Amino acid sequence: MTATAAPPRLALHGVSKRYANVIANDRIDLSVAAGQIHAVLGENGAGKSTLMKVVYGVTQPDEGSIAWEGTPVAIRNPAQARRLGIGMVFQHFSIFETLTVAENIALALSERLPAATLAARIDEVSRRYGLPIDPLRLTHDMSVGERQRVEIVRCLLQSPRLLIMDEPTSVLTPQAVRALFETLRRLAGEGVSILYISHKLDEIRELCDVATILRNGRVTGSAIPREQTNTSLARMMVGGELKECKLEARQPGPTQLELTNLSLGTEDPFGTALRQINLRVCSGQIVGIAGVSGNGQKELLAAISGERLCTQRGAVRLCGQDVGRLDPAQRRALGLRFVPEERLGRGAVPGMHLADNCVLTGATAGLVRHGMVRSRAARAFARATIAQFAVKCDGELAPANSLSGGNLQKFIVGREIRLLPTVMLAAQPTWGVDVGASLLIWQALIDLRNAGAAVLVISEDLDELFAICDCLAVLARGRLSATTPTAGLPIETVGVWMTGEFEPAARAAAVNHAAV
Amino acid sequence: MPLFDRNSWPLRLERRPKPSAVMRIASSPLAALAMLATGLLVFSALGKDPVAAFRVFFVEPVSSMYGLGELLLKATPLMLCALGLALSYRANVWNIGAEGQLTLGAITGGGVGLFYGAALGHWAQPAELVAGVLGGMAWATIPAFLRSRFHTSEIFVSLMLVYIAQLLLSYLVHGPWRDPAGQNFPQSPPLPDAALLPPLLEGTRVNAGFIIALVLAGLSWWFSKATAAGFRMRVSGLAPAAAAYAGISDRRNIWLALMISGGAAGLAGVCEVAGPIGVLQPVVSPGYGFAAIIVAFVGRLHPLGVVLASLLMSALYLGGESAQMELQLPASVSGLFQGALLFYLLAAELFIGFRLRRVRHTVTAPQLPAGGAAASGHSA
Repeated sequence: MTATAAPPRLALHGVSKRYANVIANDRIDLSVAAGQIHAVLGENGAGKSTLMKVVYGVTQPDEGSIAWEGTPVAIRNPAQARRLGIGMVFQHFSIFETLTVAENIALALSERLPAATLAARIDEVSRRYGLPIDPLRLTHDMSVGERQRVEIVRCLLQSPRLLIMDEPTSVLTPQAVRALFETLRRLAGEGVSILYISHKLDEIRELCDVATILRNGRVTGSAIPREQTNTSLARMMVGGELKECKLEARQPGPTQLELTNLSLGTEDPFGTALRQINLRVCSGQIVGIAGVSGNGQKELLAAISGERLCTQRGAVRLCGQDVGRLDPAQRRALGLRFVPEERLGRGAVPGMHLADNCVLTGATAGLVRHGMVRSRAARAFARATIAQFAVKCDGELAPANSLSGGNLQKFIVGREIRLLPTVMLAAQPTWGVDVGASLLIWQALIDLRNAGAAVLVISEDLDELFAICDCLAVLARGRLSATTPTAGLPIETVGVWMTGEFEPAARAAAVNHAAV
Repeated sequence: MPLFDRNSWPLRLERRPKPSAVMRIASSPLAALAMLATGLLVFSALGKDPVAAFRVFFVEPVSSMYGLGELLLKATPLMLCALGLALSYRANVWNIGAEGQLTLGAITGGGVGLFYGAALGHWAQPAELVAGVLGGMAWATIPAFLRSRFHTSEIFVSLMLVYIAQLLLSYLVHGPWRDPAGQNFPQSPPLPDAALLPPLLEGTRVNAGFIIALVLAGLSWWFSKATAAGFRMRVSGLAPAAAAYAGISDRRNIWLALMISGGAAGLAGVCEVAGPIGVLQPVVSPGYGFAAIIVAFVGRLHPLGVVLASLLMSALYLGGESAQMELQLPASVSGLFQGALLFYLLAAELFIGFRLRRVRHTVTAPQLPAGGAAASGHSA
């Protein structure tokens, strides 16, 4: 112990937190120096979020101690954490869409400021850190990147000395990630410590000074990320070697899903209407749709799945049929399978067990006969899915909400794949899923493509799309770009498209030539 | 400064990591016990000996064969209504108007019995029961249509239709259906013998309706558990978005839920008219349709639970009558018990999912794990 050095800004010693039957954090030691960008790296369920909740006072540790600049403290609640100088930018923003930027920020401040003063301070802080936002703008039409700026500025107004960023780049375009890193480096240069939570190895290697790696609630290592490779970091995070998934070139077959000049309004007042969408997905092909959520993704998914009907004749064709007026069950009968973005509550019924959750979409696969649920067949189907996709759970009678997010996702993807899709529609298939499970899901989608299915993946994660897609289009502000082969496509180009700078796709016929 | 600082409150509701399975089942009996304790407190506050009052309320009414029969008799309409409501609530369709559907069932079923009972002979009873079911269903088509077509809240529509049904009955027995030989009393002529449901046991008034209710309890369990239609209704109730995702029709779910609950309530109505009452009169139910809402929840929306809960609720009705006669307590004492039961049940429900946690505001020295490394280096 060096008694002469300044105490670290934050030091955790032996922090443990138990929930009913899991140890979320097991004797964790963590020390963050002033001005340091410190990564907390780990898979989902490794205990990162719990640890950050402990630091931000959302939950109390069962054991262990926290020292803030050398003084032991008990952080009872977020208000106290903020008084100490800890700020946190959450993964999911708490922004009221009907209010302006300044109003949103005023809600979070403990002190009352005159509107003009506040606006001036917002303006000043946002300029200083390269986060330009107009304080008087309404937030509902802001992009996710801009909303994140609002959250960051909200934290910065309280002059934090420790800033916690929870998976901040998961929703950003590559350009926005660049800008965010600039801001964070500038903050660190001014002495602000940053706890940076992520599972994206490239980013951590680029940005962070030190990384603490968590696995199963324990610290399994600590490293200088710049001196590591992705493989070595991943090994510490996963505890084993990672397989690569391979996408071999393949001649696409006949068209299975085709959208022609699809225009569709939105039911959500803050949603995005679809404008003149042209898209074609063929057998033996994975097409990816990149773009930040809120640019029409929800509307596009609903139009394809049948959760929203479309009266425009011939706009949505599935397996050669005009399906605009068919409901989701009828489209399923034609061979469409769908992995929705929300797992609990949409892809699976939380309170029902896994076997019943197979009946949810497996009625046509023999799990319902003569109006009766065949529970034995459903259980067998669920058991086979669990085995084939290595789902960790207490058997096929475990309720869906007892599974971790990643395991439930594996189960849902597995269920839909085992229902033999002709067309597979997958939304954010690995969002919040750990690296091992992501690879398994990607491989399953690739196998499906190799077996001749047409696969459409809608995702915010460009790494994912480049890893598994034959070609890719970008959805921005309700318009879809031309579908372009991923091989040789620069990621920066995609980034530009994500801001809406592109010529919309022409009729599908022209697109397909480019795609092959 | 905020008016109320959540963080300074010494107690906080905290979501339990996992709801207790035992408490899920124990909550209804616990609520019943708490209701009992409250009742006894109220009795003693009114200057009655609580033990004697307890005897009058709960023991005496069922200490004879006739009394037991009455228990089952009053449990019948509660059970019928609550079975339908439980299915409907599980499907997230909030039919509050079982009382109205019961009244309509009494009108249609009673009407068939009244006018065609003698002519139909042996067929009178099945015919009037079917007519009662159809009447209840017909009344439930109104909220079903409005909800599925215009997204009108079925809660309000079904509730308001209760009063319309009661006024319709009142009009009939004051007007066209009034017994000419009834000395101007607002009631119909008595139902012909062929249309009356005979008692199951000599010396009691309990009739075939009770058996039908038990059979329906079994059927509704089987329906939810084993049929695809029942499965779809459960999914609609548990996760509407998952139902939409799976292509389960929202409209069909609404119609099915309201037809089942309306039909069951209508059956309850005709069983009352063709059973213990024997005539159509302005009031055919002391609020069974509303009490059945409580029964459905006390029974945890499960058929077996509903059977038990309807017996409990029936005992409350009998106790209330007995307390009125012997202790000169007002009739509203039954309502008080019902209300207390629902209140405690809702409270128990909250604590299944949440627990109260005392928040300590003094800084306590955190315990360090035994053998924990780097224990005190930071305090220098």
